[in-house]
Amino acid sequence: MDRVDGRLKVTGAAKYSAEYELPNMAHAVLVGSTIAKGSIKSLDTKRAENAPGVLAVLHYQNAPKVPGYAQAAHPTEPKPVGQPLQLFIDNQIHFNDHPIAVVVADTLERAMYAAKLVKAQYNEEKHATDFNRNTAKAFLPTAAKRNPKHPLGDYVRGKEDAYKIEPLKIESEYVIPTEFHNPMELQSIIAHWEAADKLTVYDKTQAVMGTQNAFAKDWKIPVENVKVIATFVGGAFGNGLHTWPHETAAIMAAKKVNRPVKLMLTREQMFTMVGYRPHAWQKVGMSATKDGKITAITHEAIGQTSSYEEFTESTLQQTRMMYTSPNVTTRYRILPLDVSTPIWMRGPGEATGAFALESALDEMAFVLGMDPLEFRLINHTDKDPEKNLPWSTKYLKEAMQMGAERIGWSKRQLKPGMVKNGEWLVGYGMGVGTFGANRGRAKVKATLHKDGTLVMQSATTDIGPGTGTAMVQIAAQNLGLPPEKIVFELGSSLYPPSPSQGGSATVATVGSAVHAACQALKQRLTSMVAGNADTSFKGATVENLTFKDGYVSMTASPSARLSFADILKQQNLPELEVTEESTPDASLRQKYSMYSYSVHFAEVQVHPLTGQIKVTNMVSCADAGTIINAKTAGNQMVGGAVGGIGMALTEGAVMDHRFGRYVTKDLAEYHVPVHADAPNISSLFVNKPDLINNPNGTKGIGEIAIIGVAPAIANAIFNATGKRIRELPITPDKLI
Amino acid sequence: MIQFQYVKPSKPKAAIDTVAKDQSAVFIAGGTNLVDLMKRGVMNPEKLVDINKLPLRKIERENGNVRIGALALNGAVAEDKLVLEKHPLLAQALNAGASAQLRNMATVGGNMMQRVRCPYFYDTAMPCNKREPGTGCGALEGYNRMHAIFGHSDKCIAVNPSDMNVALVALDAVVLVSGPKGDRKIPFAEFHRLPGDTPQIHTNLQQGELIMAVDVPENPYTKNVNYLKIRDRNSYAFALVSVAAALDLDGSTIKSARLAMGGVAHKPWRLNEAEQFLAGKPATEATFRQAAQLAMRGAKAFEHNKFKLTLGPNTIVQALKNASGVA
Repeated sequence: MDRVDGRLKVTGAAKYSAEYELPNMAHAVLVGSTIAKGSIKSLDTKRAENAPGVLAVLHYQNAPKVPGYAQAAHPTEPKPVGQPLQLFIDNQIHFNDHPIAVVVADTLERAMYAAKLVKAQYNEEKHATDFNRNTAKAFLPTAAKRNPKHPLGDYVRGKEDAYKIEPLKIESEYVIPTEFHNPMELQSIIAHWEAADKLTVYDKTQAVMGTQNAFAKDWKIPVENVKVIATFVGGAFGNGLHTWPHETAAIMAAKKVNRPVKLMLTREQMFTMVGYRPHAWQKVGMSATKDGKITAITHEAIGQTSSYEEFTESTLQQTRMMYTSPNVTTRYRILPLDVSTPIWMRGPGEATGAFALESALDEMAFVLGMDPLEFRLINHTDKDPEKNLPWSTKYLKEAMQMGAERIGWSKRQLKPGMVKNGEWLVGYGMGVGTFGANRGRAKVKATLHKDGTLVMQSATTDIGPGTGTAMVQIAAQNLGLPPEKIVFELGSSLYPPSPSQGGSATVATVGSAVHAACQALKQRLTSMVAGNADTSFKGATVENLTFKDGYVSMTASPSARLSFADILKQQNLPELEVTEESTPDASLRQKYSMYSYSVHFAEVQVHPLTGQIKVTNMVSCADAGTIINAKTAGNQMVGGAVGGIGMALTEGAVMDHRFGRYVTKDLAEYHVPVHADAPNISSLFVNKPDLINNPNGTKGIGEIAIIGVAPAIANAIFNATGKRIRELPITPDKLI
Repeated sequence: MIQFQYVKPSKPKAAIDTVAKDQSAVFIAGGTNLVDLMKRGVMNPEKLVDINKLPLRKIERENGNVRIGALALNGAVAEDKLVLEKHPLLAQALNAGASAQLRNMATVGGNMMQRVRCPYFYDTAMPCNKREPGTGCGALEGYNRMHAIFGHSDKCIAVNPSDMNVALVALDAVVLVSGPKGDRKIPFAEFHRLPGDTPQIHTNLQQGELIMAVDVPENPYTKNVNYLKIRDRNSYAFALVSVAAALDLDGSTIKSARLAMGGVAHKPWRLNEAEQFLAGKPATEATFRQAAQLAMRGAKAFEHNKFKLTLGPNTIVQALKNASGVA
């Protein structure tokens, strides 16, 4: 089935947050600091205030107070992620481009001009932004300090660091640089105070409810007084998962000038204001027996965070459960620097961790003289070795077999540099990905109208995966109604609650609520026909009825048949409305371990003289439960693979540490991959349901689409060249 | 809003006079670089003289040259039959630059005039002698992976970002210029400058001088040519190193060669010594390697661009191999 909103998107009819026009709307531009640490000595806003069209210049001395800011829960402790930088509360500078003022004017151009006129003098302090020079300052996250059993805490299964005393071992360090989400759509918000205690925001966000709650708390107004509209989101990859200072800046500005205010970040500001995948250092030690059984893994990681917020991610989770190893040690630390706070970026943590773990697997296999696919199969585990639980479902072996056949894995030679295409060296590599098959709680309202159409509503978002399309299909299948008669509305806080669109959980979460709503509708329709004066449906139950093409019929005697529309007419009902909530069964989660899996295969060619790298073929295979829509699921896999190509070969932010300021902050200097970097990418699905996870049998795809891609490419480059590159991105200069 | 005047004359003389009289006026053609620089506050001209109405788009044979009008679009030149026949090296270089969208906006004259892509030049919060003389070179002790290994000074180590320029310098192109004091011809190798003590001056054009056309003399380099660009991604990225190589072969003997590099200096970098060495030699990888070593004499790298000392000669060898067909 095609995307339900495909036409709207390609014709420009889809409306994104910055595209709304409200009467009397003003425009705001954020001004950032030019130092990384210190305080504002003086702020000259006179010229900006006097510039034509300027309505206000807000900063720490005059900005409206945010009443909720006073309530920091534990003022003496570092804030966990999710409590963003408090805007304009004092003159302190925590990172380069720290917001120091917001300029509001009647037009965007005037606001942009006046923003350039704001000048600050600083008391500069010595900043620390260089990860490598500060690793000694890394510490155990507070959550793990308080509770050693916390998933971020140190983990030992069997003997600690057991690989060290083994004869056959590897020990390697891996580095990934800071990477930026860079969705096509810039972060933007329109803030509109419809009354003194009533706020509406048209906001780019993945979290309708999260945004609503955050601003209600900030401004101490009832939750229902905050309306969040995010009908379309032009990609986000995680940077719309919590609220950011620019959103508060727009809300403050709207309050101050008493007009709706639009604020859209510049592409440059996307590098400092809305998070990133943090720079990470990792070390893996691994040992194995001669016949390929892993005996021990130690995986350590340090991830970058800011000085004012503790950002953590599950970098090491997969190392604990992916392979059979009896001895596993993991240690996770975070390193605060004078930079802005990171945020989850597609495959958060796991994509970082998989680069190290799956590269190390390849290194170990090479030491053993073993095919890396065979090595993984030998160490495949049929139960979760961390939790000692069975998997809900796991079809990773099937996915591996599909992928190996499609890429032509048999062409791979154990010894690097053996396969050539003219002058070019050809190599094959693989990498495995996994991510928790998450499911949350969501509510869906479903209204069957007397014309036989169904409208469903829920406050989820669609950041691109095709949520609306998938929900329509789930409803079509469950209710027996053609998809063209179904509409799924999302992206508004007026709809029943759904969690943020993150963690690959939307289809499992909201799809289950759609399933429940359809079941409820079927139940209601059944009661209606069973009670009909016409006795042809006598004794009808949901089980003995057939729901198909918008009709209900008795399975045993199909001549008794009524359309949904006629049933409503008979009852004299204009519509039939149900609202259903779906919650995962907690007891099942104690009995089973639930994960999605992917395996990626890459074929690369490397030029031995110039270091040029071409990814010539990629096959990404997933065990993601039932595939609702092959097209949108395939898009997810291909998009993730392209993201992984970026991670492996092109993406990485560079900072000049003398200034603590990025030098790569536009799309010309920060290299997201382009079409010329991406080959034809095949995506294959095992497509077997996981009915323990949810009634639709789905498991998430978004994260596993990228997790494991970067090591697949790095491993293929090793197979082509014999060069093991452990610091991303792998650019031509590293291969000559 | 930053106010500037905008005029669109239809006669070259009017355009030239306007800019000649006004130090704060600049010509604008495709605008693919200038508009970005204005948005960032790097360039703040008070008057834009749009030259798009001037009749400077033709590509024609003229007196033993292929004459390319200053307003010919990069994309159009790359696909032009005459260019493909007489100067395939130029077509290859043009297609290696930017993206299809940019090539369809950018002009040949504008491409010659594009400014450096050094991040310190672009960020007004950072030091840059080119943007603000006397503030220092941010790249010298900063991030200099993309920077020069030839002809730099302690005032500036940025590189000319153009691909087209590398081919044009190799092909002995001549720039036809018209100015307040009349017309003149500038050999391509003398059009761009080394930074020296005045990196803020980026070409040898005088105020008000307008590029009318570029002449590329017809030559024997119509077959054995290669423009090889090594970059961090396969499109829309500036060169780490690029090489324009052209050979006139007699069997397997090199009669003459043209060779230039991009991504290594503040101007497109012609390799005269290596060219002379190649003349009369057999077209073998060993010969190419010796030429490449000659070409790298005097190269000096910085903290992050030392790889260019290896990638440079390797790319020369590979471009010569590609041009000659020597496997």
